[in-house]
Amino acid sequence: MHVPDGFIDAPVSIAAGAVAVAGVGIALRGARRELDDRTAPLAGLTAAFVFAAQMLNFPVASGTSGHLLGGTLAAILVGPYTGILCVSVVLLMQALLFADGGLTALGVNVTTMALTTVVVGYGLFRLLLRVLPKTRASVSGASFVAAVVSVPAAAVVFTLIYALGGTADVSIGKVAAAMIGVHVLIGIGEALITAVTVSSVLAVRPDLVYGARGLLKPLELRKAEQNTAEPRPSRA
Amino acid sequence: MTSKRFFAGFLLVSLILAGVVSYYASSNPDGLEKVASDKGISAKEKNHSLKDSPFGDYGVKGIDNARLSGGLSGLIGVGVVLLVGGGLFWGVRRRGSAGADPAAEQDEKVPSETSRKA
Repeated sequence: MHVPDGFIDAPVSIAAGAVAVAGVGIALRGARRELDDRTAPLAGLTAAFVFAAQMLNFPVASGTSGHLLGGTLAAILVGPYTGILCVSVVLLMQALLFADGGLTALGVNVTTMALTTVVVGYGLFRLLLRVLPKTRASVSGASFVAAVVSVPAAAVVFTLIYALGGTADVSIGKVAAAMIGVHVLIGIGEALITAVTVSSVLAVRPDLVYGARGLLKPLELRKAEQNTAEPRPSRA
Repeated sequence: MTSKRFFAGFLLVSLILAGVVSYYASSNPDGLEKVASDKGISAKEKNHSLKDSPFGDYGVKGIDNARLSGGLSGLIGVGVVLLVGGGLFWGVRRRGSAGADPAAEQDEKVPSETSRKA
């Protein structure tokens, strides 16, 4: 979903650049609370994994492919602020080293693929966990649904940016329909990769999954409650 | 599983995906590229200004074997992203000293962690 140079006019590219800079700035401040000696290496490895997974285009429909965006995955593994930084680092390196995603479109690409996917994907993930039972299966299921939705959400934001600053004279309604349609399919691939990766990390090191932390703490609390409750019946 | 072992495994998976599996990735246009060419957006596309850079388009200039060229560029990409990202995250991270960061105190989870350490 990397936007090349020339799709978006200069004013809107600059505006998207400003949004991206502001978003990354907020993420840099917020990431400080998410990162420590143990999670900082994990975050670096998560960014590397997102880069690797983005190389793996999978077929979605006749003559069309898609690849992981990774915002939802990174946010669940290492936290939303750090997740934005992970995807942004990947996008920056792709644009600078691999000529993937235009340099003038970097702001657009960070806005759609880093900011949008994390805000929508991680926001939905937290909402779902609020109503679902506190189990590992819920974390995996919520990561799946959140990842599915995050991809068409990025497509919608691209279409909105295109409506504001698109360089070709095309029907925005048709672009929106086509973009959302194909990205719902790509979202299913995104969801499979996200859920499998989150589940795999949960299976071996659940303590390292940022999005599952609230889930593990109540378990510890309940244990403590049982311990304090036990002496009472024996006293009676 | 120890953290060291887990981190090594995670890196190995990324290296295998980028270095080996990437060769088998679909070369069809992605969703945006397809929509852009179908709807006439691509007519305005400009060439990437770094198109001829050493790793442009996920290959290594001078290596003709597609499997080797693409795989090597993937390995280099994983390494560079790990170094740049890891360096950034290491620099941004919260240091051990308790209560040194006023922003951290606002986070309800942090005081208990720092007081436990202290």
